[in-house]
Amino acid sequence: MLEVAVIGAGPGGLSAAARCAELGVDHVLLESSPKIASTIQKYQKGKHVMAEPGILPLRSPIEFDAGKREEILDNWETGIKAVGVKIRYGAEVKSITGEQGNFVITLTNGESLEARHVILGIGLQGNPRQLGVPGDQADVIQYTLDDPDEYKNETIAVVGAGDAAIENAIALANHNKVFIINRKDEFARAKEGNLNLMMAAIDAGTIECFYNSAPAAVELLEGQEFRANLQLKTSTGEANIPLHRIIARLGAIPPRSLVESFGIEFPNSDQNAIPALTSQYESNIKGMYVIGALGGYPLIKQAMNQGYEVVEYILGHDVKPADHDLLANKFNGLPYDLDVDGVLALMQERIPVFAGVNALQFRELMLDSKVLAPAKGAAIFQKNDYTNTFFTILEGSVDIEINAQLRISSGVGSFFGEMSLMSGRRRSATVYAGDQCVVIETPRRSMIKLIASVEAVKRVLDETFIVRTIQQKFAPNTPIAELQPIAARAKIHQYQPREVIFQEGDEADTLHFIRNGSVTVSTFIDGRDVVMSYVPANTPIGEMALLGNTTRTATVTAAVKTETISIDKASFNLLLERSSGLKERLQALVQERHAQNVALQSNTESSDLLSFLMGQGLGEATDVLLIDEDICVGCDFCEAACAATHNGTSRLNRKAGPTFAHIHVPTSCRHCEDPSCMKDCPPDAIQRGGLGGEVFIGDNCIGCGNCERNCPYGVIQMAYKTEAPDSYWRWMLFGLGQKPGKGKAAVVGESSFKQAVKCDMCKDQHGGPACVRACPTGAAMRLSPEEFVDLVNVVR
Amino acid sequence: MHTSFLSHAGGRYFWLALVLIIACCTAYLLDEPHQAPNGGTWLGYTLGTMGALLILWLLYLGRRKRNFIQGWGTVRGWVSAHVYLGGSLLVVATLHSGFQFGINIHTLAYVLMCLVIFSGGYGVWAYVTYPAARNELKRSQTLDDIFMQLEDADGQLKREIGSLAADIRGVVTSAIERTEVGGSLWAQLAAVDHSKVIIDGVVHANPDQVKVVSWLVQRLTIAEGAESKKLAGVVRDYGARQKLLRVIRADIRFNGLQEVWLYLHVPLSFGLLAALIAHIVSVFIYW
Ligand SMILES: Cc1cc2nc3c(=O)[nH]c(=O)nc-3n(C[C@H](O)[C@H](O)[C@H](O)COP(=O)(O)OP(=O)(O)OC[C@H]3O[C@@H](n4cnc5c(N)ncnc54)[C@H](O)[C@@H]3O)c2cc1C
Ligand code: SF4
Ligand code: SF4
Repeated sequence: MLEVAVIGAGPGGLSAAARCAELGVDHVLLESSPKIASTIQKYQKGKHVMAEPGILPLRSPIEFDAGKREEILDNWETGIKAVGVKIRYGAEVKSITGEQGNFVITLTNGESLEARHVILGIGLQGNPRQLGVPGDQADVIQYTLDDPDEYKNETIAVVGAGDAAIENAIALANHNKVFIINRKDEFARAKEGNLNLMMAAIDAGTIECFYNSAPAAVELLEGQEFRANLQLKTSTGEANIPLHRIIARLGAIPPRSLVESFGIEFPNSDQNAIPALTSQYESNIKGMYVIGALGGYPLIKQAMNQGYEVVEYILGHDVKPADHDLLANKFNGLPYDLDVDGVLALMQERIPVFAGVNALQFRELMLDSKVLAPAKGAAIFQKNDYTNTFFTILEGSVDIEINAQLRISSGVGSFFGEMSLMSGRRRSATVYAGDQCVVIETPRRSMIKLIASVEAVKRVLDETFIVRTIQQKFAPNTPIAELQPIAARAKIHQYQPREVIFQEGDEADTLHFIRNGSVTVSTFIDGRDVVMSYVPANTPIGEMALLGNTTRTATVTAAVKTETISIDKASFNLLLERSSGLKERLQALVQERHAQNVALQSNTESSDLLSFLMGQGLGEATDVLLIDEDICVGCDFCEAACAATHNGTSRLNRKAGPTFAHIHVPTSCRHCEDPSCMKDCPPDAIQRGGLGGEVFIGDNCIGCGNCERNCPYGVIQMAYKTEAPDSYWRWMLFGLGQKPGKGKAAVVGESSFKQAVKCDMCKDQHGGPACVRACPTGAAMRLSPEEFVDLVNVVR
Repeated sequence: MHTSFLSHAGGRYFWLALVLIIACCTAYLLDEPHQAPNGGTWLGYTLGTMGALLILWLLYLGRRKRNFIQGWGTVRGWVSAHVYLGGSLLVVATLHSGFQFGINIHTLAYVLMCLVIFSGGYGVWAYVTYPAARNELKRSQTLDDIFMQLEDADGQLKREIGSLAADIRGVVTSAIERTEVGGSLWAQLAAVDHSKVIIDGVVHANPDQVKVVSWLVQRLTIAEGAESKKLAGVVRDYGARQKLLRVIRADIRFNGLQEVWLYLHVPLSFGLLAALIAHIVSVFIYW
């Protein structure tokens, strides 16, 4: 029986196996693909791999430093050979049964192995979905395509209808005869650009498409011109394609269900949830350990460090994790005579929100967090700041100033800043440090991850959010304790884009408070829905009917993904009783909205414009670039200015994007409230700025391309850095160099690689966004959602 | 929120220019020099210096608008000031001349300046008028969109004629192949159409696709049965193609009209700068 079976030869698994080999532990490394580290093999050729986070030291028997993909892979190969790692390729693990000391690992080829401990490092990429037909193990079938130019004058069938299949087919069609096999009658899942390319290629006859067709079998043809025959089942019967190669791009099977079948538990069904692990990376199954991306650590160096550490833990060695010194430094100034683990334990004990978090997750959270000791009276953040970090109080107290009249004090163990964290909106209060105060500041991304994986944290934050919202918005002078019963009856609702929250004519029984997202208000006039206004987050909706009549006078629909808090009529009346002046304030709001609605109702063009803007995702925007086509002369100075101020690549595409009436929405970042691009950035390179609220990408971007895929508006590009623009006077007087604003394609430096770029709202420029400042006619404008309604009014 | 350059900052530069004009006129009317009003009086010098400085500053716009990095203010503000103060230059310089014109370098500078200002005036009009007109013409689509539609229309027609008689195929194919848009600046502005079509081996001019459409319509009268039905489709789609070409040509023409003044305005500005230097130098040497 083996001591350790390491599954997955990614950076984590390689490092673990290498440590085993170094210490003479009896082990095997099982890798499903034919080479090591399939995730890294799939990076684009020559990609510069970064060694983020820079401050974290590497601890592994094999080398890793920033460099070219090829060099790194070579280093690893020689590294594992040097220490004598026992690796088996093409060994895909299908099941694991048994328990600590006696695990049975079964491979897809039926073979099984026994081991005392299992280290799972299979990453998140999943294994490619196979054809699942007789003959699908033949070597004429491949599931990836590294370099399309490698193949010439072949007949190739690409199976699949997603973006990967289309991109491969189009690239191969340059030098080969290409068929594409689509199970459906259209390419519904593809991006628009790819779809257009595909349709053009099919029209032009460079690619032949089999619709409504699925592979039925693959037969090898010996000693003939074609290497195999692909048999298809089509809607009209059977078809046969003799060919040289089959490329199957059917997507990957996410590893979660496989991992669950091993018995490992996830806290909930959230896509981003990660299995609960101890501080020694052990899962709920004793003896089964999880490291690397699968355990929630998305970077190479982290995975490698864990590979080393986990072997030490299995052997019962008491090693400090590689990040120990980082934490020790962080805790340096704290007034405790405790070691790192002691401080961590104390923090969890003192701060109830973190009590239910497991040790490993908490450690990770603290690595991302800052420990601050602001001087008494200093502002920790200001009202209307655009920051969205989360704060907890470790020592002393803080004063939360909601408005001139209301100042609340908060003490050890409580938290603040959760409002902006949850709503993605500006800070709603100013917070001042009290005496001897020590606070922990946790970035939004880490908190979001925590909320997704620890139910208790989510519940506490939600409850607090509700009661604080009620206090701030409806009853500022009522103590929290009195509001508690009302809060307990309030509910949180989630709506998908275009889902109706309530309908005109419905009975009005609740008030909704928009916690994040935004909604449109419409009424039914002359047989169609006319959109009258747009309501952003942080405002109540549905108060009209509750105050006066009893049926809804308008339909409210989520413009984007939206969350609301609902308060029922009884609670609402209670609030009106408790809080003097609330009724008057709400009535004033109702009047204002009535006036706006009347103004808009009479005009269907402005209603259509509003709907159009919402359709372009402006409902989740905090700042967006629009162009008035009636004034735009098409000089492209906006693009030139953007390129000139941003390393030669314009982050906006003026011509692209739709136009309605004369308002054009160019392809440019909307600085979303809850940016999709931020969700899955391994080094956390995408950040949200201070007062301007701009979403920007830092220099530590590793170029993985996740954000490019995740942004629903296609505004992120992967680009090389280019040289600074030439001198104007040299161009003007002597015609030398490039016209200012025309970036050079020349790449700076040898080790340059593509990184994600997008609008950063010119946060480093004086005077604000260069695009708007460079527009000679005033056609380019940047608007916040509050200004859309004005725009629509002006348009009339 | 957003305003055009003409109303930048509530028309600040319009008022500034107006004040400047009124001040100059008042000074001119009140001034009683010992000689006939001209550039050599005390007021003449003052106005001349002002005018020269204004010209230099107006020329600087070319630099400012390409300075994307440290530029002061917004380009819209600069353009607004350029337009109004540039207009006021007409008054300043005329008063500076004291209405004394002749055939000399001084009057040359004056004339060049007027041409620059008038071409600029046209430019303002064009910038205010054409973008909206073009947007209306293209119904909020880009020119690229329309070219794409034209490409689609061409493909569609080629497929449709595939099964039709050889003469129809020849005429339509040649008409598509020999369709021309754009061309020289003049061709763009006048929307001249050099498109051709080959009928019976003879090349005919085919402006606005009229020749081919009329041929197709005639051909339709002698077509029979299935052919007639298909040909009717071709005629209809060719009509759609003709409309797209009209939009393209009109847009190119509008674009030309919107930008053509720059070809005068900019070179003349440099001519003006040279003449201005000659004017100033000669005044100091020969005076
Ligand atoms: C395009 C891109 C660029 C990136 N750039 C960087 C960068 O510059 N710097 C950086 O630090 N990080 C980068 N990352 C992130 C980095 O690749 C991952 O964090 C890292 O690969 C995770 O390592 P891992 O060992 O956990 O898993 P993986 O590297 O995913 O390795 C898992 C291995 O397990 C194998 N496997 C899967 N299932 C089975 C099974 N059932 N049986 C046997 N074997 C199995 C797989 O074939 C694979 O080889 C990038 C990611 C991408 C997608
Ligand atoms: S990049 Fe895309 S997802 Fe991210 S903020 Fe901008 S528009 Fe939103
Ligand atoms: S490409 Fe995007 S997601 Fe990936 S590291 Fe860079 S910024 Fe983050």
